[in-house]
Amino acid sequence: MDFNFTEEQTMIRDSLARLIREQYDFDTRMGVVKSDSGWRPEMWAQFAELGLLMAPFSEEDGGLGGGPIDAMVVMEEFGKGLVVEPFVPSVVCAGGFLKHAGSAAQKEEHLQAIMGGASTFAFAYAEPRGRYNLADLETTAKKDGAGYVLNGHKAVVIGAPWADKLIVTARTGGDRRDEGGISVFIVDKDADGVTTRDYPTVDGRRASEVYFENVSVGADALIGSEGDALPLIEQVIDEAIAATCAEAVGAMGVAHQMTVEYSRQRRQFGTPIGKFQVLQHRMVDMFMEHEQSISMTYMATLKLGEDAVERKKAVSAAKVRIGQSGRFVGQESIQIHGGMGMTEELAVGHYFKRLTMIDSEFGNVDHHMRRYTALSATDLAAAAE
Amino acid sequence: MNLDFSPEEVAFRNEVRTFIEENYPEEMRGTGAREDLTRDQFLAWHKVLGKKGWAAPAWPEKYGGTGWTSTQRYIWSEENARVDAMMPLPFGVSMVGPVIYTFGNEEQKARYLPKILSGEEWWCQGYSEPGAGSDLASLKTTAVRDGDHYVINGQKTWTTLAQHADWGFFLCRTAPNAAKPQEGISFILVDMNTPGIEVRPIITIDGGHEVNEVWLTDVRVPVENRVGEENQGWTYAKFLLAHERSGIAGVARSKRGIERLRNIASTELLDGEPLIKDDSFSRKISQLEIDLTALEFTELRTLARESAGKGPGPESSILKVKGTEIQQRLTELTLEAVGSYGAPDFRGFPSDGSNEFAIGPDYAHQAAPTYFNFRKTSIYGGSNEIQRNIITKMILGL
Repeated sequence: MDFNFTEEQTMIRDSLARLIREQYDFDTRMGVVKSDSGWRPEMWAQFAELGLLMAPFSEEDGGLGGGPIDAMVVMEEFGKGLVVEPFVPSVVCAGGFLKHAGSAAQKEEHLQAIMGGASTFAFAYAEPRGRYNLADLETTAKKDGAGYVLNGHKAVVIGAPWADKLIVTARTGGDRRDEGGISVFIVDKDADGVTTRDYPTVDGRRASEVYFENVSVGADALIGSEGDALPLIEQVIDEAIAATCAEAVGAMGVAHQMTVEYSRQRRQFGTPIGKFQVLQHRMVDMFMEHEQSISMTYMATLKLGEDAVERKKAVSAAKVRIGQSGRFVGQESIQIHGGMGMTEELAVGHYFKRLTMIDSEFGNVDHHMRRYTALSATDLAAAAE
Repeated sequence: MNLDFSPEEVAFRNEVRTFIEENYPEEMRGTGAREDLTRDQFLAWHKVLGKKGWAAPAWPEKYGGTGWTSTQRYIWSEENARVDAMMPLPFGVSMVGPVIYTFGNEEQKARYLPKILSGEEWWCQGYSEPGAGSDLASLKTTAVRDGDHYVINGQKTWTTLAQHADWGFFLCRTAPNAAKPQEGISFILVDMNTPGIEVRPIITIDGGHEVNEVWLTDVRVPVENRVGEENQGWTYAKFLLAHERSGIAGVARSKRGIERLRNIASTELLDGEPLIKDDSFSRKISQLEIDLTALEFTELRTLARESAGKGPGPESSILKVKGTEIQQRLTELTLEAVGSYGAPDFRGFPSDGSNEFAIGPDYAHQAAPTYFNFRKTSIYGGSNEIQRNIITKMILGL
């Protein structure tokens, strides 16, 4: 057993931490969030230069030979800095699909562009009426000659305003919510029939509603084989969840630190409020929630390569823990900061908002509790046989 | 003891229900987040009630109250919650009004109370300061006597809706060398148009402009604007805080919120079925409703005690703590219910007045901002930690 990071991972962490410290301070970040574009392509280019975008990929694929742990390292630092740039959609999700199931030609064309930062992807999977069920799809892809024609509406596609390409899940067969009949496609965002409505999100990022109206794609747009993509989608989303948990861990740690620091500075009744035991214990609870979130994030990240049931249980367990801890740490950070925590000018409120929204990404506490419970029941039934 | 409404009370309910249906301003129906309202929208219902004589049911009749029993007042707030009515803001009606009629002189009562009732004058509360939040008694704003004026200097903060205010009630230090911080404070009414007052907006994490900093530089206020005795302001301040707390439970509004949450959960789908059919979610709503029922009956007991002539005591801290916890959980569950569509930030939208950019269901638009905004409720009006301190000290005697 070994919880140490490799030299390479430590290097990634240190150089990213320095970059964020120097060029991603809170005021700069707020300026970017409020700007027209909402992100900094030049920052993305710097991430590429540091090798972050190729870190989780094998050397065979042209990467640095890392994996999910490298993505975890990156995302924890992103969480600390409330970085808005789309590492999870582009590198973890799109990169993940290509890594696991992309053809040599797809890897050559798209994975290289993702790793070099030349191309940015968004992952269009959620639908207005599907909630967190990845198979509850109304978007269709109908066979048309060698290619397909897509129709549908994808909801809250994070990072889509900045993307030039989309990964899209669609039904090529079966009924709504069937596990079979689902396929994954690469679609140019500027393809005929794709329209988007872009908007900011409450936690400082950008997203789009994406509409597909008779969008034609070639056979080479299909990732993997037709109709049986659900296990692949689950695998990739589990990886995205692990990375997002790492982001939450980073954000939670900073929110906790800020709160402890504030309780040292803020004086009421003639003493720093951090001297009040009721607040001390609450900050201890925040600390424990953060520590357990770190543990669960490591655990889930390390189990991403296990068999599907083991992996899903690990990831759902982590997402439940992170959802609950993120809520607690976020809420208490505001409470202990008092009125100041409510102000837009203080960073802590923005950590709270990001932690809040992470719960609803890729399935909230209830969703993952349900998935975990169902998988445990399957385990029990198998043991009984 | 019984829970039934008497025939008179049923008749009363029908009367106010009809009145609300016929008179609640059309343009106010279905308005969104409160802090986005204009001054006129805030006052629309207040002005109607002012004319009817129903703006301040809790006031003694001789000052313009309705003389309603606690049950009638309960019915009144229930009926208003049914239409999500924008009630008269508390700063005049529930806060400074009772201080003025309890501790003010006859001139002050005649000068201020009618315009509070009519909604003609808008009040704000000058209590908290950057260094005096939970520890309110450590406030530093000074009022120095200069002939027949006080000259006020200092800074107040978290002043809700001061951007609209005509008048403010300010706690100021008039005896800087008093033995205890609670001594030497006076309660002073200040015309917000007096030279030397600057109101600066504070933007909160939901993006709203609800609270402000109020800077006071050599603000000259006639001595006759002081309520009660000089240096006795803390007594009046505490009286006001207890009144503030009793209105803070928000039972009727939370009931309406639960109803709205159930509607949302009946519309949202989980695996093709209404979310409300999901056990884990519907149990959370049930839990919330059970807790709200406990709060409701605690409030009714408090009201009954009040109408028996005993003012709101330290028990009102229970209403504040439990009421705000419920309000917060309600916003939390509502955000949870709307799923992914909690994420879009509608405040940042390119707004051309059309609905063209409407994303997701309407009920989702305010879910996240409201959740963010309601974190304030366990902080304001004496934080929930302070309320627990009050119970510790005043009830448990520890």
